[in-house]
Amino acid sequence: MIEQAARAGTDTLIPRLTKICGSAAVITDPLELRTYECDGLTAHRCSPGLAVLPESADQVAAIVAECARASIPFVARGSGTGLSGGALPRADGVLIVMSKMRKILEIDPVSCRAVVEPGVTNLAVSKAVQPLGLFYAPDPSSQQVCSVGGNVAENSGGAHCLKHGFTVHHVTGLEIVTPHGELTWLGDGTGAAPGYDLVGAFTGSEGTLGIVTKVVVKLTRIPEAVTTLLAAFETTGAGGTAVSAIISSGILPAAIEMMDALAIEAAEAAVACRYPQGAGAVLIVELDGPEPDVRRETAAVRAICEQAGSYEIRAAHDAAERTAIWTGRKSAFAAVGRISPSYIVQDGVVPRTALPEVLDKIAALSAAAGIRVANVFHAGDGNLHPLVLFDDATPQACRAAEELSGAILDLCIEHGGSITGEHGVGVDKSRYMPKMFSADDLDTMQLLRCAFDPAGLCNPGKIYPTPRLCGEVPGIRRAPHPLVASGEVEQF
Amino acid sequence: MTPDSIPAPLLAACSGVRLAGPADSVAGAGPSYVASPASTPEASAVMRAAASLGLAVLPRGSGTRLDWGAAPRRCDLVIETTRMDSVLEHAAGDQVARVQAGTSIEQLAAVLRTAGQQLALDPPPGTGAGAREAAGAGEAAGAGTGTVGGVLATGVAGPRRLRYGAPRDLLIGITVIRADGTVAKAGGKVVKNVAGYDIGKLFAGSYGTLGLITEAVFRLHPLPAASVFVTLDCADAAAAHAVMSAAVASPLAPSAAEIDWPGRGTPIRAGVLFEGDPAGAPERAERMRELLGGAAVICDTPPPWWGLGAAAAGDGTVIRIGFWAAELPRVLAAIRAAAAAAGLDPAVGGSAAAGVIHAAVQEHAAPAEVAEFLTALRAAIGRSRASAVVLHAPPGVREVIDMWGPVPSLGLMRAVKDQFDPEHRMAPGRFAGGI
Repeated sequence: MIEQAARAGTDTLIPRLTKICGSAAVITDPLELRTYECDGLTAHRCSPGLAVLPESADQVAAIVAECARASIPFVARGSGTGLSGGALPRADGVLIVMSKMRKILEIDPVSCRAVVEPGVTNLAVSKAVQPLGLFYAPDPSSQQVCSVGGNVAENSGGAHCLKHGFTVHHVTGLEIVTPHGELTWLGDGTGAAPGYDLVGAFTGSEGTLGIVTKVVVKLTRIPEAVTTLLAAFETTGAGGTAVSAIISSGILPAAIEMMDALAIEAAEAAVACRYPQGAGAVLIVELDGPEPDVRRETAAVRAICEQAGSYEIRAAHDAAERTAIWTGRKSAFAAVGRISPSYIVQDGVVPRTALPEVLDKIAALSAAAGIRVANVFHAGDGNLHPLVLFDDATPQACRAAEELSGAILDLCIEHGGSITGEHGVGVDKSRYMPKMFSADDLDTMQLLRCAFDPAGLCNPGKIYPTPRLCGEVPGIRRAPHPLVASGEVEQF
Repeated sequence: MTPDSIPAPLLAACSGVRLAGPADSVAGAGPSYVASPASTPEASAVMRAAASLGLAVLPRGSGTRLDWGAAPRRCDLVIETTRMDSVLEHAAGDQVARVQAGTSIEQLAAVLRTAGQQLALDPPPGTGAGAREAAGAGEAAGAGTGTVGGVLATGVAGPRRLRYGAPRDLLIGITVIRADGTVAKAGGKVVKNVAGYDIGKLFAGSYGTLGLITEAVFRLHPLPAASVFVTLDCADAAAAHAVMSAAVASPLAPSAAEIDWPGRGTPIRAGVLFEGDPAGAPERAERMRELLGGAAVICDTPPPWWGLGAAAAGDGTVIRIGFWAAELPRVLAAIRAAAAAAGLDPAVGGSAAAGVIHAAVQEHAAPAEVAEFLTALRAAIGRSRASAVVLHAPPGVREVIDMWGPVPSLGLMRAVKDQFDPEHRMAPGRFAGGI
């Protein structure tokens, strides 16, 4: 009944949206709409009132203008790989699916810029500019399918942002449709546009300030040399010591990743990655840059790992060897799904130096609760991805896992960290925002929202806790994302 | 009209408050009071008092770039951050520092150096009274590059912008005080963090028009063990562009690639900076030298023209030109053509490979000629993918030009301003579009 009433509002838009985009682009069939009921965070589901697939910025502007006129909320969706429910639709709203806008419009290799539509996949940008010796640096694990527009919304990171930075460091201009339905440019692509840095403020706003219709991205030179090292340690503590020592030495690797024993066990069972036997932790360290520098840094990192107690170190020098090392790491999330009926993935961050202490505390929490936690994380920047394993057949186990998961986030905040390093707040972690920020902090952030979207129609209910969202449960992953299950995408 | 006493709410709010003098004026606008709070809570109290009294507020660090931006329409109270000058936390292992806004860039650098680290910004020396004072007092080289808060508020970056970006790229957390006195934080102390809107980005480069910055948290980098420069004199813009392109297109990871063109008819000097370990940086410089050919020279110290930025004409008019790097030859031609038509011969230089250069017109140039130059330059470079912003100019020039020029999405910027400072008391008129 409630859903029907909600839909009645969006139904009034059907004739106008059909006029804008054509009837094939307006989806009203309940079964088809279910395709869009969730993003990569499958615990939250809601079919949109209707979905529309525009093909141009003008169409997006016209759609949003119609929504604004009718005071109907709207949510933008890219490829739907987000892990915090940022693209969760509203039953009383319109879902604007950007996947048809996937043209690479311009490549300027001298300026190191490309202009792309938001539905272009992250990896497609790198593939298009690869013959020019360039790549697009942010590399979220879903890069084969995730869209650049979604990356902008989430300020996506990835394993290699330790050295190369996040999406916000690689976007210099955005054409957006404002929540009023106006098409406008933020920035001019130079990275030095006059006025407030609205490109920077918009990036990572999780779809709440408008809809991106064109993105000017910065392109990065492909490094001359890349070396990937795999180092096995007896404990995560020893691995953590190596991480700190590498960073203290003044070396900035492209990536430093760590997996603990349980994550290694799961990966081994799933993809037979053949990591060194008996490892309590493995580190993957990737170094890139000019060839002689990489050679020297590789030797230095080897020595540091050995000194920290690594009993086996492997080096990959070509793409095939590199893939072999990364396979275990990249399969870890999906692999954990095979050793546990359900799991919660967290995205907390702690200062790098706090890693050993926080890992010990997570182990203690895990033991006390009798719940297994697999740790897979971006060690170089302290971004944890603890996977809390449980059986969702019993509500008690579910609650206990949520409690443990929350306790891990509390731990991150206590250590001066963050509740999310790259997945975003979305609907998943909004209730934790008041633990990290004061009421005044949150109020101040929302001034920006009021400037862009005073009517509160653009992806409402995300990031900031409202009475309606209080008490939301954190994300429970009952099954791998459909794209992971089908093998189309790997997940970090 | 200068008041002869300090209002009680201001006195009650702050231990360091005084009547303003002639030296406190900002681009011709004379404030009545100067407050120097010693902490974020005290600064918040001052901002609340200013709100209750309806005072227009102008934040000031060391005054290094106080002559940047348009003249404020109103300025009753200057809030000086220089008593908030502590490095609150240097987590060397995490390569993060939390700093009060009034801390000088030099003081911060000295603290970080002890751990072999740096805030990877090399802002050029300033041009305002504060910079001159520092230079006049014979302080160490590099003095007068300003405070952390000032560098953030003006968004100024030096040659290494190519590798490390601008202040906004290194800022990971911020504490600000809103116009009504509310203290707010955003970001945090970890480099990787996407919780909530990035208010720091909004304040970086906002010229004090949204509120007062009192604390900042930065991502740090290791100090390079070696810095090596490769320089080459180029006959024309095409040759200089070829050097810049070669640097960027090489796999040698340069930290900066700059040009300096003192005037019409002189060669364009090009320089590329390599940083790294004692073996790697010289190796890469040597490879760059080979790429550029015989005339290129390697040296361990920056050439004298390196990184001057807006200080190239401290008392003159300095225009910052942003563009897509591939457009360098056309931008240089546009500058020379517009200047020649106006009878001027500006010095041109800056981070050409990163798409940011400066044109510096000497102080004695006639205001009408400067205005003509600026108008022609803006018309030639267009507004969709380039900009020409006047950073500072002599009083006569200010009167006849639009310092900021056209700005994209000004409507949204005005809406942001209205939310953060609904009474328009924060540095009103100083920013783009009259904000």
